[in-house]
Amino acid sequence: MSWETVIGLEVHVQLATRTKIFSGASTAFGAEPNSQACLIDMAMPGTLPVVNHEAIRNAVRFGLAIGAKINQRSVFERKNYFYPDLPKGYQTTQLEAPIVGAGEVEIRLEDGSTRTVRIHHAHLEEDAGKSLHEDFHGMTGIDLNRAGTPLIEIVTEPDMRTAEEAVAFARKLHALVTSIGICDGDMSQGSMRFDVNVSVRKSGDPLGTRTETKNLNSFRFMEKAIALEIRRQIDLLEDGGTVQQETRLYNGDSNTARAMRTKEDANDYRYFPCPDLLPVEITEDDIEALRASLPELPDARRDRFTRDFGLPDYDAEIISASRDMSDYFEQAAEHAGDAKLAANWMLGEMSARLNAEEIGIGKSPVSAAHLGQLIQRIKDGTISSKIAKQVFDACWQGNGSPDEIIEREGLKQVSDTGELEKIVDGIIADNAEQVAAFKAADEKKQKKMFGFFVGQAMKATQGKANPQQINQLLQKKLQD
Amino acid sequence: MAIDQETVARVAHLARLHISEEDGAEMSSRLSDILAMVDQLQQADVADVAPLAHPLEVTQPLRKDEVTEPDIREQALKLAPAAEGGCFLVPRVIE
Repeated sequence: MSWETVIGLEVHVQLATRTKIFSGASTAFGAEPNSQACLIDMAMPGTLPVVNHEAIRNAVRFGLAIGAKINQRSVFERKNYFYPDLPKGYQTTQLEAPIVGAGEVEIRLEDGSTRTVRIHHAHLEEDAGKSLHEDFHGMTGIDLNRAGTPLIEIVTEPDMRTAEEAVAFARKLHALVTSIGICDGDMSQGSMRFDVNVSVRKSGDPLGTRTETKNLNSFRFMEKAIALEIRRQIDLLEDGGTVQQETRLYNGDSNTARAMRTKEDANDYRYFPCPDLLPVEITEDDIEALRASLPELPDARRDRFTRDFGLPDYDAEIISASRDMSDYFEQAAEHAGDAKLAANWMLGEMSARLNAEEIGIGKSPVSAAHLGQLIQRIKDGTISSKIAKQVFDACWQGNGSPDEIIEREGLKQVSDTGELEKIVDGIIADNAEQVAAFKAADEKKQKKMFGFFVGQAMKATQGKANPQQINQLLQKKLQD
Repeated sequence: MAIDQETVARVAHLARLHISEEDGAEMSSRLSDILAMVDQLQQADVADVAPLAHPLEVTQPLRKDEVTEPDIREQALKLAPAAEGGCFLVPRVIE
């Protein structure tokens, strides 16, 4: 009987608030160490936390986006543990009464099939500071800038069966939280971090013992870490061993993982309601106002892109996964008057450039209006598709709008039949030998040889000849 | 419920406390007494009682998401036994 894998995720999503969850210190990324840690974040005696309204709103927005029950009364608790980057000695989090109850997220796999992943709940909590083990000659440096940054932790049911499903879920979550604007989605800055619970069993058996691999911060590492852990557990069991319940750390550079702590050593966190914070109450009106202010969600947008713009599922899925991409696409499609071409350019030329320079589409030097104009010029025959790439390049370099570039660099396609005829006549006259060979050849060979003449015509016009017209003219003249 | 000395030693380990064998014996009997009292509390029927997070019928005031706190790094680092490069220094921590 074959092995079945069972995967559940815990996802930490950093909320895009300006300030911390319990203090008015800034959360801006990249500041000097400890320059954004106030008395509350440093756990100075006598300080008291005050809850950031926007953090509450963001958590509710997430709950609404996954159709979850919003708990109108939620309670903060203390999770007690000792670590130098947690100066209070406890993390303020939620346990018994989390703000977001059960919900669902639908994922779509590469073969087009769908799965529903149930969300057990999502709760609000604060992040800890950072411990820096390098560069402090045998000591550990503590930077508390991140201490108190608001997070929601999203806990799924063990509903995923493959690494592919887990990654599809992670990507869907990324699309959701960025499109509703509660997280900047920047994985390189730790804005989303994944803990992966994996167990294996023979089909039909009860759940096996699970391990938790913590703090994965890229989709690629997540997929590899899961594959590695599945392999490890199956090998262990097939050799007659047992899986220990433990926490594991994955190293992406070497694609290895090691046990961090086992259940026997697990902390008892001694949770209890935080006496410094009162229960948080959200009114029905607040919830309805937030529901009304939610933007169109990625799934709805994807469906609209396929339905109204005629995009293929695959294209619609990729574009709708990012709000910036979606906004750009809608603008470019409008300017271009052709949604499919706009999508093709975005997923082709544009994506290649963005990836190469590691920037998001929001920072593209080619605006949606420019891309639209470029596509118009292809459609109205002003330039050929080949020249269009050249214009796109120039536009990317900041050399002006497509129209300006076409004009200045003289890239207009030659569609004047008289002019093209002269050129074709010239080519036929200059290449008498090839023409004779062409005429003597059979149809199959002729097809191969035809390219030579097209090439000559393109060369003579620096690629600006209208290809359809050149083809027609050559066909006609060579058959004469 | 009684707490034996082995349990005391294990909990002490988790809490990172050093407890001698002698103290462990006393600890075991005192903790057992406390738990006996908790056992008594557990006799109470609380099936219809919601957990109480706070004794007062008030809810949490919320704050606007505006930066109000200045950079106090220099003062804070002065309080620390050791600091370097803007960081507090502590004995090396290895996971």
